[in-house]
Amino acid sequence: MTVPSTESSTKSANGPKPTILVIDDEPPLQKFLRVTLTSQNFNVIEALTGESGLRHTANDQPDLIILDLGLPDIDGVQVTKRIREWSSIPIIVISARGKEQDKVVALDAGADDYLTKPFGVAELMARVRVALRHIATANQTSGDSVFEQGHLRVDLARREVTVRGERVHLTPNEFRLLTVLIKNAGRVMTHRQLLREVWGPGSSDQSHYVRVYVNQLRQKIERDPARPGFILTETGIGYRFQVDD
Amino acid sequence: MLMGDARPNPDLLLAEVQKEEAKQRRGRLKVFFGMAAGVGKTYAMLEEARARAAEELDVVIGYAEPHIRTETEALLLGMEILPYKTIEYRNANLKELDLDAVLARKPALVCVDELAHTNAPGMRHAKRWQDVAEILDAGINVYTTLNVQHLESVNDIVERITGVRVRETLPDSVLEQADEVELVDIAPEELQERFRAGKVYRPEQAERASKHFFTKGNLTALRELALRTTAQRVDAQMQEARREAGVKHAWAASERVLVCVGPSPMSPRVVRSASRLAAGLRAEWIAAYVETPADVRLSSDDRQRVEATLKLADELGGKAVSLTGQNVADEIISYAESHNITKIVIGKPQRPRWRDVLFGSVVDDLVRRSGDIDIHVIRGEAGDRTERAAPAASRPTTWDGRGLTTAITATVIATLVGWPLYHGLHGPDASRAPHFSNINVLMIYLVGVLWVATHHTRLAAIICSILSVAAFDFLFVPPYLTFTVSDQQYLLTFGVMLLTALTISTLTHRVRAQAEAARQRERRTAALFALTRELAAARTTEEIAAASVRYIHDVLGQRTSLLLSDADHHLTIKGDSDGKNDGVTPKEMAVAQWAYDHDQIAGRGTNTLPASEGTYVPLRASRGLVGVLGLFGSDGRSWLPEQRQLTEAFASQTAIAVERATLADEARTAWERVEAEFLRNTLLSGVSHELRTPLAGITGAATALIETDQRLSDEARLELLETLVGEAERMERLINNLLDMTRLESGGLNLKREWQPLHEIIGAALHALDHRLKARDVRLNIPADLPLVNVDAAAMEQVVANLLDNILEYTPAASPIDITARADDREMFVEVADRGPGLPAGTEKRVFEKFFRAERGPGRRGIGLGLAICRGIVEAHGGRVFAANQPGGGAVFTFTVPILEQPKMDVKT
Repeated sequence: MTVPSTESSTKSANGPKPTILVIDDEPPLQKFLRVTLTSQNFNVIEALTGESGLRHTANDQPDLIILDLGLPDIDGVQVTKRIREWSSIPIIVISARGKEQDKVVALDAGADDYLTKPFGVAELMARVRVALRHIATANQTSGDSVFEQGHLRVDLARREVTVRGERVHLTPNEFRLLTVLIKNAGRVMTHRQLLREVWGPGSSDQSHYVRVYVNQLRQKIERDPARPGFILTETGIGYRFQVDD
Repeated sequence: MLMGDARPNPDLLLAEVQKEEAKQRRGRLKVFFGMAAGVGKTYAMLEEARARAAEELDVVIGYAEPHIRTETEALLLGMEILPYKTIEYRNANLKELDLDAVLARKPALVCVDELAHTNAPGMRHAKRWQDVAEILDAGINVYTTLNVQHLESVNDIVERITGVRVRETLPDSVLEQADEVELVDIAPEELQERFRAGKVYRPEQAERASKHFFTKGNLTALRELALRTTAQRVDAQMQEARREAGVKHAWAASERVLVCVGPSPMSPRVVRSASRLAAGLRAEWIAAYVETPADVRLSSDDRQRVEATLKLADELGGKAVSLTGQNVADEIISYAESHNITKIVIGKPQRPRWRDVLFGSVVDDLVRRSGDIDIHVIRGEAGDRTERAAPAASRPTTWDGRGLTTAITATVIATLVGWPLYHGLHGPDASRAPHFSNINVLMIYLVGVLWVATHHTRLAAIICSILSVAAFDFLFVPPYLTFTVSDQQYLLTFGVMLLTALTISTLTHRVRAQAEAARQRERRTAALFALTRELAAARTTEEIAAASVRYIHDVLGQRTSLLLSDADHHLTIKGDSDGKNDGVTPKEMAVAQWAYDHDQIAGRGTNTLPASEGTYVPLRASRGLVGVLGLFGSDGRSWLPEQRQLTEAFASQTAIAVERATLADEARTAWERVEAEFLRNTLLSGVSHELRTPLAGITGAATALIETDQRLSDEARLELLETLVGEAERMERLINNLLDMTRLESGGLNLKREWQPLHEIIGAALHALDHRLKARDVRLNIPADLPLVNVDAAAMEQVVANLLDNILEYTPAASPIDITARADDREMFVEVADRGPGLPAGTEKRVFEKFFRAERGPGRRGIGLGLAICRGIVEAHGGRVFAANQPGGGAVFTFTVPILEQPKMDVKT
């Protein structure tokens, strides 16, 4: 509201200043986000209602949207769906603790990530960076076929997984699961999304498949499977492949 | 013995004191008692009332008979006379005492003439003495008048003396309970003089009051009766006075009289005699009716007579009971023996002697078996017999077509069986000797008669025997195929056959009647038992009301309502067998309310407000009345004694159940109040303190940063900022705990159960507490092959996190934490153990209670909800939580999760 940037800057992530649209009706949170994001070199546009948020999305073409699910006029999930009808702008939803189901619905409706109130700056920035990077990588048609982080090395093209230099045998489903997680590294993936990606559509009721396979995968690639370093559990929602920044 | 016999019995003294107290609250009753109309009772009453009024006492005239004597009229001058209540009845205006006006006026003394008067229909009570009783109950003194012939117990004597049946009677107990009785007496000659002078009745009344009544002989006899009644009273008062003075009472101790009641019209006379006998003996007396299986055949007139007689006994001050048994004498004797009866009164049998010889006589049985008990046999009247005989003759042998068909069929079958036996395969031929004697064929017929007699009515049996005799005669007695009988001895055979059929059918009939009676009793007992059981299971008054009206309706076949009182003693309908709770009209509600207020049965079939639709039985429990049971009979039929007993049994069961529910409600409310109070206090003190502490930290750190920013070192600034974040997080945990607890308590915990590996739950909890656990050595011992658990992941993560949080709060900063999991066939055990100071002895069970906080050193924080939430969540999953100290020091908290059948997994690829 106070920082109008009518002349929206370039859309690419490596442009001068990416624009973030914050749709939230709570002034303290608005203020916190504005101060933090501005200091991190972002343009910030503020909207207090879902309707004005939708208008700003169309008019200002932001690079990222931070959307509170509890809006006074329209449900945040509806806002997500209406944006997704015509745009793939990354959306990060915010909601309170105990509303896991709402978050899952929003994520399945197309939101990219979520934050649970209250959250800290580190967490916020990590999500924002991942979302923007994801847009950037998605634009590149051919990515790097080798992923390497810590003691884990995955050659996606050759279907080879090495842990601490040793070859690890993965079943086809395990490998597919790991691939999906790595391709979405840093982003939360809901159980349903993973099921659909790995087992195909029509298997979305079997969420324990995902849990069991993630457990097996952890036994094979994690240093301490009970305290995983790569595949983190987002309780009640899904999994996130942790990336080093 | 040191204890003297003359020492007053403490129970009697107590009874005396209670009687005095009751009397003080009650108004005093003075009766002006005379032998007949015209002796000057009203005059005496009014004269005394005037004297009281002259003493400044608040005296009103409630009701005075219109008199023609000017001297009596004159006494009314200047007195306050309450207006009459005028009732229109059959085109006549009847003047009645206005009871409500008296109660509203509430004078000190009210004069009410003619105590024995019967009220016009539509008044609250059937009788004026009931009005007077209510006035007395209200604490108002009453003067009234009464003639001796109206006393219930002398009613039949008066009838015998004068030949006039007096319809308006009142129970002797009313006179007995009077505080004062003044006999108003003049010589019979003088009364006759007054009658002749027209001073007793107006001319037109005199026509009706038979001149024969005022004969000298009658008057002398009546005078004697009046004097004797008064003398008996004086005698009783004297004895009472002696008892008060502590003198050992002079009469034989505890005489008890039992009078046998039956459907005979002479029963009321027997009851009256017994009442007089008991009064003379100052003895308690009981009227008993024995219901035998044969009574199912009683006509409704008979039943009503039994009931009326029992009611009469009740009114005369006796106790009415109804017994059930096979044999009247047996029941009477066993009741008498178990109730210490000293005298049994029974009416003289009215039937021919041969019947006694054949069927036995109750009186004979009683006399023979009574042992120490005296038997008084009272004379009845000759005319009674025919009345009794009439309904008996009209009984059974009802027609039934099936019986007739069976009778014919049985005869035909017997013939078909008998024919080849007797005649062989040829036709009847007198020249040949029969295969079997025709007596054997007769036996076959007899089997047929037996069959019909046991399965059908007596008429069918008789028809069958006649048919059999005819068929036998026609087909098997020579000469064949004619009804002619050549041999005289067959006539005897026919006679015996008929007699056999009759005897068998009579016996069968009796057995069947007994079985029917037993079935009825059984059904009632079963209903009572079922009601008791149902009521025992019912928790709320609503359930109790529904159950009791349903059962009572089922058993009595009458619409039943249950009206319960609230704290203001106001009745409301709680249950109705018709299902609608507005089925009782305001007028009926008033009757019910009256029954409740006066703790007396009222309504249809009773003496109070008999014109009502329903009968209202007060529900009496140990702490007083709880309400009223309303019964609405479909017809105007009054109650049978057994029904009344059953209703009373139902009423008392219901009353006890309602009281129990009320008590339980009260106890629960009290407990809830205490607990709510405790929770509020704990919450207020605990929560306010726990919320303020982090707020203080936040405010302090934030103001320090704003106001002294320039002078702060980087190190100090960082420390303040960490405080800020830490305290904010603590506050968040506290609020989360409060919300979780609220959700658990309100049942709003909506578990989203999914199959998961335990590793993931523990891993997520550890990850959530990552930065607080940095300094700790967390050792995990979780086997890789544990089965999956079906739980809500977020809730379970909360359990583990809360257990860890608890350990972080209560154990030294660097002490290790062990998390171990194992599974047996049914449960998965998860143990979270610390190496801290352990739990204070005796608190192992209490740590999971709400608001429990172990006092383990200074600076401990939290409001004692974390572990309570753990328990709530785990129990919602069907698991258990427990805590213990471990041998090597430190505490171990364990929770379990049930292991269910594992979900299907496809081939591991």
